[in-house]
Amino acid sequence: MSASLEKGVRVLKEMIDAPMASYFSSCVHCGLCAEACLFYTETGDPKYTPIHKLEPLRRIYEQEYTVLGRLKKLIGLSKAVTDAELDEWRELVYNSCTLCGRCSVVCPVGNDIVYMVRKFREGMSASGNAPIGLKGATNRTVTIGSPMGIKLPAVKAQMKHVEADYGLPIPLDVEGAEYLVMLSSMEIINFPEYLGAIAKIMHQAGKTWTLCSTSFEATNAGMQIGNSDLARVIVSRIVEGAEKLKVKTVISPECGHAYTALRWEGPNLVGRSFSFKVRHIIEVLGEFQEQGLLKTEGFETDRLTFHDPCQLARRGGVIQQQRNLMNMVAKNFVEMPDAGFMNWCCGGGGGASAIEEGEELRLEAFKKKKAQLETVKPDRLVTACANCRIVMEEGLEHYRMDIPIVGLTEMLAEHIPDPTSAAVPAKSKGD
Amino acid sequence: MSEMQFLTWVRGPGLDLAIGIFLLGVFWRLFEIYSLGRKKDLSESRQVAGASGMNTVFRRSLPVPGMLKTSPITYVGGYIFHIGLAVIVFLFAPHIKFIQSLLGLSWPGLPSQLVDLMTVVTLAAMLVVLADRINKPVKRYLSRFEDWFTWALTFMPLLSGWMAVHHLLLPYTTMLALHILTVELLLIFLPFTKLFHAFTVFGSRWYNGTVNGHKGVAV
Repeated sequence: MSASLEKGVRVLKEMIDAPMASYFSSCVHCGLCAEACLFYTETGDPKYTPIHKLEPLRRIYEQEYTVLGRLKKLIGLSKAVTDAELDEWRELVYNSCTLCGRCSVVCPVGNDIVYMVRKFREGMSASGNAPIGLKGATNRTVTIGSPMGIKLPAVKAQMKHVEADYGLPIPLDVEGAEYLVMLSSMEIINFPEYLGAIAKIMHQAGKTWTLCSTSFEATNAGMQIGNSDLARVIVSRIVEGAEKLKVKTVISPECGHAYTALRWEGPNLVGRSFSFKVRHIIEVLGEFQEQGLLKTEGFETDRLTFHDPCQLARRGGVIQQQRNLMNMVAKNFVEMPDAGFMNWCCGGGGGASAIEEGEELRLEAFKKKKAQLETVKPDRLVTACANCRIVMEEGLEHYRMDIPIVGLTEMLAEHIPDPTSAAVPAKSKGD
Repeated sequence: MSEMQFLTWVRGPGLDLAIGIFLLGVFWRLFEIYSLGRKKDLSESRQVAGASGMNTVFRRSLPVPGMLKTSPITYVGGYIFHIGLAVIVFLFAPHIKFIQSLLGLSWPGLPSQLVDLMTVVTLAAMLVVLADRINKPVKRYLSRFEDWFTWALTFMPLLSGWMAVHHLLLPYTTMLALHILTVELLLIFLPFTKLFHAFTVFGSRWYNGTVNGHKGVAV
């Protein structure tokens, strides 16, 4: 056994807990999870059956934690996991799993399959079997600060542009602000409208907010690749930034997995509860709407539909807010089949979009979204995740479908009347 | 060994052995699984009505909207043979008498003709799900020796019991002894095969419901 395999197996042994033991002991091979997985439904290849993606991990569980499995291993009835096997499983654990969690909500015996895939990735990453694209993204996030290699000067340049375009200040490092706004690289580079939208919304709501110069990037490739040590390093930057600036709430950007990394995994990664709250921007907008702090005028009149990012809806529990917000500004909002809790993934979540060699499969899986869109025939598609947006833009282009995609936050901001009075900068002790 | 000796053995030492292995196996497996424990979740929870382990234990008995249409045989066949098995095992008068002789507990049974009908339907449902396992690429791909073996372990007691009642193929005494023997095999293997889902299904659903319920997601 090579040293890296040994490390991988050791990490996997540490990952196994009572829920996993219960799940592996409950599976009856009914195959229903396959019907829930877009990589199976769109290819028809049974190797993409979600529970099968865990087979090496299941054997490690059986061989290490059950009496009968130890016996089977001893007399050679159960093979040890090999390097070649884990290498073969890379495609199943990363390229063909977006951690969307649909399998976990259909399993009749209640197996939380995505919970296990997430843990399996820890071992795959430790044994060196993670995809190169994700390794690169993780390294860049740890060393440079963002998966796309973006540094503070690039953020500052965008801040300047947005300030000029919107006539509103973009606060940086303001101590005592209520909200710390996080970004994703995609938003910094491709969708700077997001930052302008935040400025307008916060200005109207009369809330103080800030960006942080030491932590502006919310995405966490360490979590996607399955390396908790690196995921901790990345999350810790945000925790330190939030605590240094003494903010009440950190806002996760329009990015699904950034929300999962910060909101649900964050405290567990750093080993303690946070002194601040973590909310997705859509949750914050939902709160503003309820409190009457979000006032819009006019309506979009074209046919709109909403793509639920998996990590926000099914994996994050934010399902109704986006619909209330859509209805606030859209006259012709139609739902795709399976929208909301049972939505279908864009095909590029969970780090899959960073895997170059997975592109062909990703486009194949996108046929699910294509079929959903063909049912409702929208003029535009609205979503709340920059990664979903990029992946879907690629898919739509590939299939020659002319459906522009917009972020919900920026669409809402377009309906906020332009601030007539001079902008009021965020108040703080530092000013 | 004569027919009577065979029957006496399966009713006596054979049964004691099978029940002994079953009980020890169940306790050991439950311990082996649930003593592993799990880490406390340190993230701030979101409370939502209907999102909890207990909710999922019940809710997961019904198909998620849309799924029944994609896999009707799995769902309908599964319901029929699970409910059928429960009715036959626990509501057939001779079974209740047998349980009474072991535990002293008793309850009213169903008319034997009704149980007979349910047995035929259950046998048919099991054949259908077997055919589905052979025909459907995903199920065939996932199936190992254990899947075929546990199917046979479940099917044999049903078939032998039904044949004993109808005095088919073999003398009643022999068929009854075979019936009890196949039940004993089922008991012995249950804790160590996928049949153990009969116990862990509750724990699995509960964990899934609890872990996701913490996030305010009713799964």
